[in-house]
Amino acid sequence: MKRKGIGLLVGLVAVGLLGLAQAGVPLVLDSPSALDAVALKALGDKAFAPAIMRATNSKALVDATYYRISRLDEVIPAGAKVFIPEKTWAQAFLAVWDPNRVEDLFGGGKLVVGSWWTAGGEAEGLEALFDLYRQRYADVVIVNATVAGGAGFVFKAVLKPRLIAGDPPDTFQLHAGLEVEGYSPEVYLRPLDDLYAIYGWDKVFPPDLLQLMLYKGHYWGVPVNIHRSNVLWYSKEIFARYNLKPPANWEEFFQICEFLKGKGIVPITLANAGGWEAPHLFETILASTLTPEEYRGLWTGETPWTHPGVTRALEVLKKILDYVNADYSAHTWDTVLEYIAAGRGAMNVMGDWAMGWFMAKGVDVGWAPVPGTKGVFVALSDTFAFPKRAPNPINVIGWLEVCGSKAGQIAFNMRKGSIPARTDITPEEKAQFNPYLQSCMEDWARDAIVPSVMHGAAAPESWVVDFKDAINLFLVTKDVAGTQAALVAAARAALGK
Amino acid sequence: MRFYRRREQVLSVLLVLPSVLALFAFVYGFIGWTGYVSLSNWNRLVPDYTFVGWTNYQRLLQNPRFLITLRNLGVFTGLFVGGSVVLGFLLAVLLDRRVRAEGFFRTVYLYPLALSFIVTGVVWRWLLNPGSPQMGSTGINRLLELMGLGFLKSGWYTDPRVGIIAVAVAAIWQMSGYVMAMYLAGLRGIPEELREAARVDGASELQIYRYVVLPLLRPITFGALIVLGHISLKIYDLVVAMTGTGPGFSCDVPAYFMWETTFRANRFGQGAGIAVILLLIVSLLIVPYLRLSLRREVEV
Repeated sequence: MKRKGIGLLVGLVAVGLLGLAQAGVPLVLDSPSALDAVALKALGDKAFAPAIMRATNSKALVDATYYRISRLDEVIPAGAKVFIPEKTWAQAFLAVWDPNRVEDLFGGGKLVVGSWWTAGGEAEGLEALFDLYRQRYADVVIVNATVAGGAGFVFKAVLKPRLIAGDPPDTFQLHAGLEVEGYSPEVYLRPLDDLYAIYGWDKVFPPDLLQLMLYKGHYWGVPVNIHRSNVLWYSKEIFARYNLKPPANWEEFFQICEFLKGKGIVPITLANAGGWEAPHLFETILASTLTPEEYRGLWTGETPWTHPGVTRALEVLKKILDYVNADYSAHTWDTVLEYIAAGRGAMNVMGDWAMGWFMAKGVDVGWAPVPGTKGVFVALSDTFAFPKRAPNPINVIGWLEVCGSKAGQIAFNMRKGSIPARTDITPEEKAQFNPYLQSCMEDWARDAIVPSVMHGAAAPESWVVDFKDAINLFLVTKDVAGTQAALVAAARAALGK
Repeated sequence: MRFYRRREQVLSVLLVLPSVLALFAFVYGFIGWTGYVSLSNWNRLVPDYTFVGWTNYQRLLQNPRFLITLRNLGVFTGLFVGGSVVLGFLLAVLLDRRVRAEGFFRTVYLYPLALSFIVTGVVWRWLLNPGSPQMGSTGINRLLELMGLGFLKSGWYTDPRVGIIAVAVAAIWQMSGYVMAMYLAGLRGIPEELREAARVDGASELQIYRYVVLPLLRPITFGALIVLGHISLKIYDLVVAMTGTGPGFSCDVPAYFMWETTFRANRFGQGAGIAVILLLIVSLLIVPYLRLSLRREVEV
């Protein structure tokens, strides 16, 4: 049979549609052809036939003008409209698809997205990602499987038994860094090295972050954002009233504290109802009393925990406790900010998700690095992981694609109040972000990047728990030597030396 | 006749068999499995059943937080069980005096029982939220201030010296009405003639309670102790909703620590160890009760 070839009768060019629909082009066949031949002609390889079948069937579910392909070896009649996906997606499809799973060729199904993003800006950011996904993959039903709880400590506990039982969500939120150790990724998660290569993520994310993402030599998640943990927020009104400048070091900080205490204002507000807020403060103090190299070394075993910098950090925390609100253990990170909103508290140390809270409340707040951490960026990043036994693996491809895409990162981060992880954000795109985030992007490009402990980057979770428990006890005992010994023991247990 | 009896026996065995099997599989089977896990090296997400002996228990007993939770549990159980029984008994005695609108008060006192510990926890978290000099007092502290009793203000659960005691207050509030209902039923079961007889013998009202009423109410006291005791040893939801672990773990309890050890730190072996220790503590309470009630059944 002589084939005249496959004409691109309705070859709408994909470029204009990028971001609006799954990238690719519809194609109307001008003669009957096997799927293999279509794949060879359109994407240069017969092997892409299943990808075309899946992409076409996905379209056919929502658009009746598309032909529905029922078998891989089907001869598709002339005049039938099929959908040729973009090559990157087709490659990713082949990488992910298990040929035993014929059901994956028919499109539709769910995408269960697990996360702990339930509040304000973060939920809106997630919804923005969902919107982008729905525009591209209209056949998929998104299930937003969130479990509330700061820093995800409830969500993670719900997720773990499901992973062990082989019933995970399709994709879930995972902090970049050693948190992944807690999920035994070599057993339960799919390495994403092939998708990184296909989508070129290993070139658009900064090397520091990529280094953080590697565990056992593989990538396990696609980062959507960067947060900074070492931010000192201060009330502009109080600082202006008493003509104060944001402190650059702890000496200045305590001078300000002493002064404000005399004025009946809580100098530094603290929360600890979740048990992680005070340890969060402590990690930023560690980043100030140690150099970035020494700080990183704490988590690799190169810096001993007996280091005088750790002692000094504990002493700073002990002194801070003289200046905090007495009811700190009744407050979560957000409720304690009411002190600043009401003009009764002057400063607070929290990650930059606090900016979203201040903006929502219309509080004019100033920011500076935590004293002694200028030029240091204590970072954490949210990523999405791909469980090996995800019930709808093909639907996950598009999700990770949206998460890693520039459009996705901009839409998400503007709402969430974090900065895109990608390095190729143009100045015009940058200008859309609020002033804090713009300054944060500059610091991210310039500063030394060190990983956050309390947000999963620096250490495996068992170590994080020991670290957190030691600091929680310290809040009451104020025993510097004993706490340092507990931290040494925690490191020894975690590093095995 | 004999055939008929055998058939009846077989039938009765068949009838209880499913529940017995389910009980053994899902209760005793899992208890045994938990015990086994507590002796294993399963301290990552991936199950690892390598036998390590008592290592997990040794680590637990060296963990300062675990020891604090055990102490808290002791304090909580003592206060909660004791407080609920005493308060419940007093309420029952007062209501038993044929007060007006008794039905109304009975309902009021019993109502907290209808709430879940989560609701109680949230309510008391607000009530006992101390507030601060800068932001003003809230809840009970505010009430004390308005009554001119400001010197009684406390940090409640944000004060490590109070800690678990604040949680016990909430628990007593919830359960004392239930104990009251039990005692009230018991008091109504005591015939007036007995009291009359005691009065004729010249006993004072206090003596009547001490020598007549209380001994007769002993089974009810015992039942209340068992019910409250096991609630107290399992306490988790109230702590989660009300305080979390509190300052320096002063509100922490073993069940909460078990949850965090298992599902957060991935130390499944140690988590199972905590479960076994909790089970042992509960059985200290339950076993005498079972022995006693079994003996009583035999006597009957």
